[in-house]
Amino acid sequence: MDRSQGRTSRPDSAAPASGRDTDTYTGNRGLQIEEPLIFEQDAPGRCGVDLPEPPAVGNRLGGLERRDAIGLPGLSEPQVVRHYTRLSQKNYAIDAGFYPLGSCTMKHNPRLNEKLARLPGFADLHPLQPEATVQGALRLIDTLAHWIRTLTGMPAVAMSPAAGAHGELCGLMTVRAALEARGDARKRVLVPDSAHGTNPATAAICGYAVEAIPLNDRGRVDLAALKSALGDDVAAFMLTNPNTCGLFEDEILEQADAVHEAGAYFYCDGANFNAIVGRVRPGDLGIDCMHLNLHKTFSTPHGGGGPGSGPVVLSDALAPFAPLPWVVDTGEGFRLVEHAGDAGDAQPYGRMKAFHGQMGMFVRALAYMMSHGADGLRQASSDAVLNANYLAARLSDLLSLTYEGPCMHEVLFDDGFLKGTDVSTLDFAKAMIDEGFHPMTMYFPLVVHGALLMEPTESESRESIDQFVEAVRFLAERARAGDTARFHEAPVHTPRRRLDETAAARHPVLRWRPEAPQSEAAE
Amino acid sequence: MLAAVGVPSVDSLFRDVPEGVHLSEPVDLPPHRGELEVERAISAMAAENVAAGSVPFFVGAGAYRHHVPASVDYLIQRGEFLTSYTPYQPEVSQGTLQALFEFQTQVALITGMDVANASMYDGATSCAEATLMAQRVTKKTGVVLSGGLHPHYVETTETLLKFLEGQVHRLPPDIAGTEDAAAEISDDTACVVVQYPDVFGRVRDLRPLAEACHAAGALLIVAMTEVVALGALTAPGDMGADIVAAEGRSLGNPLNFGGPYVGLFAARDRHVRQMPGRLAGETADVDGRRGWVLTLSTREQHIRREKATSNICTNSGLCALAFTIHLSLLGEDGFRRLAALNHAKAVQLSEKLAASGIEVLTEAFFNEFTVRLARSAAPVVDELAADGILAGVPVSRLLPGDPDAENLLLVAVTETATEEDMDRLAAALKEAV
Repeated sequence: MDRSQGRTSRPDSAAPASGRDTDTYTGNRGLQIEEPLIFEQDAPGRCGVDLPEPPAVGNRLGGLERRDAIGLPGLSEPQVVRHYTRLSQKNYAIDAGFYPLGSCTMKHNPRLNEKLARLPGFADLHPLQPEATVQGALRLIDTLAHWIRTLTGMPAVAMSPAAGAHGELCGLMTVRAALEARGDARKRVLVPDSAHGTNPATAAICGYAVEAIPLNDRGRVDLAALKSALGDDVAAFMLTNPNTCGLFEDEILEQADAVHEAGAYFYCDGANFNAIVGRVRPGDLGIDCMHLNLHKTFSTPHGGGGPGSGPVVLSDALAPFAPLPWVVDTGEGFRLVEHAGDAGDAQPYGRMKAFHGQMGMFVRALAYMMSHGADGLRQASSDAVLNANYLAARLSDLLSLTYEGPCMHEVLFDDGFLKGTDVSTLDFAKAMIDEGFHPMTMYFPLVVHGALLMEPTESESRESIDQFVEAVRFLAERARAGDTARFHEAPVHTPRRRLDETAAARHPVLRWRPEAPQSEAAE
Repeated sequence: MLAAVGVPSVDSLFRDVPEGVHLSEPVDLPPHRGELEVERAISAMAAENVAAGSVPFFVGAGAYRHHVPASVDYLIQRGEFLTSYTPYQPEVSQGTLQALFEFQTQVALITGMDVANASMYDGATSCAEATLMAQRVTKKTGVVLSGGLHPHYVETTETLLKFLEGQVHRLPPDIAGTEDAAAEISDDTACVVVQYPDVFGRVRDLRPLAEACHAAGALLIVAMTEVVALGALTAPGDMGADIVAAEGRSLGNPLNFGGPYVGLFAARDRHVRQMPGRLAGETADVDGRRGWVLTLSTREQHIRREKATSNICTNSGLCALAFTIHLSLLGEDGFRRLAALNHAKAVQLSEKLAASGIEVLTEAFFNEFTVRLARSAAPVVDELAADGILAGVPVSRLLPGDPDAENLLLVAVTETATEEDMDRLAAALKEAV
């Protein structure tokens, strides 16, 4: 066993397939407990829920009773609670530490918002109850819509999209519907090189060809390139602002003019809205359409990958094409418009999902907005930008800042500072994990070699940023000093070390299956 | 901090914002408020609503009210689950990844399919994505939507396909249960989408339709809005389904006035590389220990961009976790008993209604059925709501303007309904008509 570098050795070939750390008898390491799958803890007949005996009546299943065993494991309630508690302890989280994942806005999630979303008046409400019994829910949606319209300076908002990418789809479909209504669907959508992958994927689902627009040497969209790519077959230009390099697009007014002159719509990806809330209204920038990520800017929890919520703000020209349903304030109460026949002269292009929107996320987002107020929201974006610039200032002498000048809510470094060290961006990020931090976003945006994108958000104190900075500085110095093993081995203090993603993709194992019985296996 | 940055004010950090659009004052919205005040304001809005649990409740039509054990909501509120991101860094996300692997396995088991993804936004978007996948798999573009498919699922699917190639053939509402979807299959049909049980509550054997689809080189997509039915009914996978697209919210998650929900998406092994959405897969770390990662990401937008199988990024992670914890608590016996309880109560209610002179149209069902009233159903539902009974969903709300739907009411009953609730509904409906 080689313990000199703090790493565990490979198990010998006799170890079970699940692998076992040879350090302890159990494989556990103190608070880190090895936890098998629920399927491997099956005790047939055990159940964690106490349900009454069904009333004795006949069966009306039409001869389609399920006869074979399903294969679900039996566990008791304490077993299940312990299992998922142990699993939770294998996750990093904002609650546990600094999470500077650029472009993801990992800010504090206030628990008040969780409490309010769980009020029976919201959580225990069916989407198809009579309107008279859900007036408060419709009022909440209408109130949130008012806050969103005011913050963005836009006249309308479609509330139903379930996430950011779903919002993009909603926005671009609205654009296409508006273009088709004027008999001019067009063919191309322009997307900067630095865009999130969802932008081109969305354009493709809307039936558009995607054309990439390069950045200039200041990390902004090359205005001349945009102008030359525009034409009367361009449906929309999809911009992220602030962009994914963490910079405000300082020629955005000129971009908007050029886009509109070509008869196209200006779509904005609002993933980075957290930088400018209360300071800049997208409506003042010439934007026609923008989605918001309530799970980024307005602190609804990320939940390990959703649920999100992606309302889309729209200009007057696009609003009549917004998808159903809509909440309408009649003056004597709120109504839900669920069918095109009810929509008057408007031409809603369709429906995004089964029901009205992410109500649970709406409650949380409105609680966040009301808690902060107009003053607090402006303060939050100011602090987010200050924190990112502070981070940049404390690291720019040692790391290689990609673009000069103030950044917005996130700061982009490239891997220039690692040149000649035999340490990659990935190695560096994994070493950050050993130091107790979630890594920054790596290798995105794609326009920068070995990108490291850091977003501290307004939630972090100066002290926590300083701790992060000291760790980054230490590691950057170790990398330059030739301490490559620290990086190549990392992480070593996690429940698992680097995982073989290539093997996972080559021979996908996407579910548990029962092992073949011993006798069969022996044959 | 400003000194460290080397600027005189925060305003100067915004110097790239064009002059004239940088606001100097807060926008016209109320100022910040304390926790107590926010709680008071938002609680007042909640109090304007009639919570499902406060009245006899029989509303379904795509969302079913179930009891969720207390430990589910406790566990999903652990900060390590609640406040983590998509598990891109597997070494610090093994908890989420293992839970997703368990979720995928549970979904595959209950649907009778080979594999499942890590969730979609809801059942309707899952259904819509399934038709796109069928087009990729079959390299054909025709989509046949059964008249038993929930109209919101129909609309969501039509919307996603709206600007792409291919014909969507929407069959008329199948109120009578006489539809022959197999007769609508042509050479260009990529898939037929049916719902099980259908939007009117009806269950039927899907094997003949599966055979007809396969004979024509088309896929059978089975949509489901009530996943608890799988504890009692033959799995779609055992009847020849190629893709199952289901709403999973019934397990682990509250009604939430329509969202967030959790879409289940299950398919066959041979089509796995055409699936949309995230997938957790098993692998090993450098020490040979079993672990989990997100895998087959070359299908996804962050790698493939405009050539991705879907534009989906964030999905319904925490709702999927709630689903998995609830189903783990239930286990084989609990899941079957829960389904049996739902079905028995529905049979019981259908008998009570029939005894009250209400015409029950659905012969074979799980926990929801259609009744025909002697007059228009929508006003009856409003009148009963005013009397404190949420009686169901008038079919006219889903199919406005359809004269055949005017008097029809969808009635759903789950384990949460008491015998007293059922008696009140039967008496109130009898009196109302």
